[in-house]
Amino acid sequence: MAHMLRGAAAVVGLGLTEFGTLPERSHLEVMAEASHGALSDAGLTVKDVDGLFVSNFASPFLALQSAEYLGIDPAVLDSTNIGGSTFVSHVQAAAMALATGVCNVALIAYGSTARSGGRAGQGRGPQVRTPYEDVYRPRNPIGSYAMAAARHMHEFGTTRDQLSSVAVSARAWAAKNPRAEMREPITVEDVANARMICDPFTVLDCCLVSDGGAAIVMVRSERAGDFPKPPVYLLGIGMAMTHDQIAQMPDITVTAVAKAAPRAFEMAEVSRGDIDVMEFYDAFTINTILFLEDLGFCAKGEGGALVESGAIAPGGRLPVNTNGGGLSCVHPGMYGLFTVAEAVEQLRGEAEGRQVEGAEIALCNGNGGKLSSQVTAIFGTGAAV
Amino acid sequence: MSGNRTFDSPGPDSVYRAALENGAFRIQKCGGCGAHIFYPRAICPACGSTDLGWVTASGKGTVYSTTIVRQKPERGGDYNICLVDLEEGPRLISRVVDAPPEEVRIGRPVEAFIGELDEERVVLFRLAEAG
Ligand SMILES: [Zn+2]
Repeated sequence: MAHMLRGAAAVVGLGLTEFGTLPERSHLEVMAEASHGALSDAGLTVKDVDGLFVSNFASPFLALQSAEYLGIDPAVLDSTNIGGSTFVSHVQAAAMALATGVCNVALIAYGSTARSGGRAGQGRGPQVRTPYEDVYRPRNPIGSYAMAAARHMHEFGTTRDQLSSVAVSARAWAAKNPRAEMREPITVEDVANARMICDPFTVLDCCLVSDGGAAIVMVRSERAGDFPKPPVYLLGIGMAMTHDQIAQMPDITVTAVAKAAPRAFEMAEVSRGDIDVMEFYDAFTINTILFLEDLGFCAKGEGGALVESGAIAPGGRLPVNTNGGGLSCVHPGMYGLFTVAEAVEQLRGEAEGRQVEGAEIALCNGNGGKLSSQVTAIFGTGAAV
Repeated sequence: MSGNRTFDSPGPDSVYRAALENGAFRIQKCGGCGAHIFYPRAICPACGSTDLGWVTASGKGTVYSTTIVRQKPERGGDYNICLVDLEEGPRLISRVVDAPPEEVRIGRPVEAFIGELDEERVVLFRLAEAG
């Protein structure tokens, strides 16, 4: 019997702000702009929303702030934070709330001015200190991901050029996306020769820091056909975590995607071969390699060779991060919702210049913390349900 | 119903820090499953037992992974960050501080000592001889 969440809810609205530098704006204003865009896309207003899902780094009352700011009268209010994967986890929470009738119109929204406003631009208050980690000043999150890359290189022979090819591929996709921030082509040599940040990562192995926002609107599937745009259905979703502090990650080369993805595939009743396009939270180049392995698209240790083959680049057999990803498109501190946004554009056939022809099923992988939490979501067109 | 008291005050965090101030690097050992535990907990994360005692760590470990945090010389220069597998089992984040960061490699044996970072007592490591 099909899982009760399979196909139970759909995305019917999508809003994206401009990406890059949005000076003299607050994170709430950016969030509101994205939300207005998503609701307008669905032919709705804030007055139709009764489920609000938001998050940022450490505004403890962000849900209250956001609902008040937008004028929403919510039956469900959620500002969970499990890192940048949060907004993909919100898709799960929203689908559950919709499927059970607790709410009828769910808005998932994020805005930040991480570039222009720094910590304040992400609504960031005092950092929660992890006393057994922070005292060493590991330059988190970069240091933690760098050690994952170093161990992967040590255990499996993953090379500098293979890491670089992830960034080169993301840039090649970004070049096709008018909205992407970084569109000048780069080479594997450019990545290797860029300024070293935390070995083996240069600045080009690391995601951008941007201003920007995104929002989606979800409804129950029974009414998903009543909106202007073709609905994008949630087919399956799975969540898992392994740790908070990087020293507690059991095997630093195996992420919680290995636990989350089977839950998503089982619920979706699809197999790897059915996936047409994938959107990962590529905070760092190693992420894409780890996720391809842990999703099962290659064996553990073979992710480097897979990305080097060109499979994930434009024209490849496994298109990944077709918007340019956090590495080259946009990264306003938390990127999870942007994976969903690009999946929606691809499945609507709206991804001008970078459309994966005939895309019917898309996989998103949100990553949070220091490879800590992972949420895999599989979406499909009406034909895929 | 009476309160549920699983450990005597002070808590494990304070016990750990007090030992560190006295020059001892102590980790927990679970009476329920025998696992060694770091960082200090109130409940064994391996089996759920609250029967946790203290042992002095041997200080012997192996570098599990490592990076060099790049920093301008005027801000203190580059430094090592590493993950160390203690021979008792737990892994912790720390720094190897007695060698240039380039010489800290995965698989190298290291030994712990108690030093200071930012005026706080912490466990640090130095490179050790193999075997
Ligand atoms: Zn135990």
